[in-house]
Amino acid sequence: MKKWNVVAIGAVLALATATFGASYAADKLKVGFIYVGPIGDLGWSYQHDLGRKAMEKALAGKVETTYLENVPEGADAERSIEQLVRAGNKLIFTTSFGFMDATLKVANKYPNVFFEHATGFKRAKNMSTYAARFYEGRYIQGQIAGKMTKSNIIGYIVSFPIPEVISNINATMLGAQSVNPKVKFKIIWVNSWFDPGKEADAAKTLIDQGADILTQHTDSPAATQVAEQRGVHSFGESSDMIKFGPHAQLTADTDYWGGYYTKRAEDVLDGKWKSEDTWGGLDSGMVVMAPYTNMPDDVKKMAMDTEAAIKSGSLHPFKCPITDQDGKTVECKGGSHLDPGQILSMNWYVKGIDDKIPGK
Amino acid sequence: MLETLSNILHLIFSESFILTVVTASTPLLLASSGELVVERSGVLNLGVEGMMIVGAACGFAGTYWSGSTLVGALCGMLAGAMLSAIFGILTLGLAVNQVATGLALTIFGVGLSGLIGAQFVGERIVPAAHLYLPALTSIPGIGRIVFGEDPFVYVSIALIIGIWLFLYRTRAGLVLRAVGDNHASAHALGYPVLRLRMLAVLFGGACAGLAGAYLPLAYTPFFIPGMTSGRGWIALALVVFASWRPGRLVIGAYLFGAVSILGLALQPLQLGIPQQVMNMLPYLATVVVLVLISRARGTAGSAAPASLGMVFVPDR
Repeated sequence: MKKWNVVAIGAVLALATATFGASYAADKLKVGFIYVGPIGDLGWSYQHDLGRKAMEKALAGKVETTYLENVPEGADAERSIEQLVRAGNKLIFTTSFGFMDATLKVANKYPNVFFEHATGFKRAKNMSTYAARFYEGRYIQGQIAGKMTKSNIIGYIVSFPIPEVISNINATMLGAQSVNPKVKFKIIWVNSWFDPGKEADAAKTLIDQGADILTQHTDSPAATQVAEQRGVHSFGESSDMIKFGPHAQLTADTDYWGGYYTKRAEDVLDGKWKSEDTWGGLDSGMVVMAPYTNMPDDVKKMAMDTEAAIKSGSLHPFKCPITDQDGKTVECKGGSHLDPGQILSMNWYVKGIDDKIPGK
Repeated sequence: MLETLSNILHLIFSESFILTVVTASTPLLLASSGELVVERSGVLNLGVEGMMIVGAACGFAGTYWSGSTLVGALCGMLAGAMLSAIFGILTLGLAVNQVATGLALTIFGVGLSGLIGAQFVGERIVPAAHLYLPALTSIPGIGRIVFGEDPFVYVSIALIIGIWLFLYRTRAGLVLRAVGDNHASAHALGYPVLRLRMLAVLFGGACAGLAGAYLPLAYTPFFIPGMTSGRGWIALALVVFASWRPGRLVIGAYLFGAVSILGLALQPLQLGIPQQVMNMLPYLATVVVLVLISRARGTAGSAAPASLGMVFVPDR
């Protein structure tokens, strides 16, 4: 069985390489994308693909893009990234945390190709990192949840315990506590970024256990749809999921990558590309809140005020002092708030979260 | 300790928990029922995941255009059967290796469903209606569980009972098992080995297609590429762990569903069990329980078809 598996995959690969290799364009910059899910996930990968399309439109005639979707994280990713290199792509975006080591490996092997890895922390001379400050949107969601909940139980569906997921849970909690000290979280780890069935099961379970607001860090609209069916509220993730929860969705923490992708491709075209770390938030337009819906006007106003305050810099979701789960005060490296390094490597919960980080 | 235990028991026997379990188990039962018949005829079709995902896309398409769950379910079954026909023609007609063809079918199916389904991403349909019998459905506790499910659930139960009756209580079922156990002898006795296998393969395809259609029509009523998330592979494994017996298949499918949902439901209770253990529990529990059942039955344990996966070319 193993042997045939390899043969089958090999055949598919050969075919894929032949298809990619066949399209030559003399002066166009070839840009490749690796997605962890299908582009139709209506969440994370979908938003990256919107970014790719926006770049293609903005730089029409100057770039040519290719993407590979549904690429598993881990060792297999390396092969897919190399495949894009061999197909002649000079700028490659790898759009999930789990592609970090694979991207670095391939980047070291091909110094003349530029790599961009989303949400990671490892860089090289030809490898940049970029991420969005999702936690800013999560803080606003936390405040809305704190105001809107009647049971004081917020259900939270999560994928994997990476720093971004943890910092988002913390930001939601800090937002919720800022308006409602009685809020409790029920957290379910589903160990997958994308499994609509399991996400729906988790959503039902959380509602059965008393949650009246659902939020998620997984990529499908399943939870929002369950919330709609069961008459509770929810937040969309990555994309605006209002279509699946016209009465349920309160807002969504959405990502817009088009501006960044266009700029980076332009930099390569102009010979100005350099390795750096970009971290854009609400102010840069990389994070955009979907319309505030299904809430009273005073809650909506509060959300908009908070959004404006975060944009202007007068409010930081991780403003000090912050107490961790065990009651210890967290060291404040960024002056009045946590510094980016602390947020990007977060592996602890803030006070009030009744859960244990898996594997800790 | 005692309080925790009573909490857990309370959870397991709650109506909402059982309803969630039924929904999670039904696609597994539907897909593995079909594969059980296929394998009992001596054919190993590893393409269940591919047939399921195409069934999901076509099932959604059918309901989207017609507005009827029944039409969607039939479209899913037809799509699954058509895909399995390709498998049947290759492996039975042309005697191609079954393992390779099955794997190729999955890869093909995943791509095909993405193509068919691309236009439906983000579209909405009315989910399958649940049964409602005024007096019965409102019985507290068990009413909704027994009399308030969606039609797929009842079909899956009827299907596996039908398969059991067919395999063990009909002559045709006996012939099918004979073909799976020793195709040369069955052929020598004059039974149409390849024709029977083809019918079994088509039946398995239709079941997988129906299981796939269940996902966008009832489980999570929208279509998204890749939404089967490996359920086809679990269905395949269940057939083996159930040692090719219909009764054990029901136990296996529901046990797998129940333990997966339990793994999710226990997390917020903070029992101190590592979440990774919770996630492997469904696999572990299913394997252990089914192995124990087999052991308890002694030598009558496995009904593994002796000709499983072997190519048969009748000499003329």
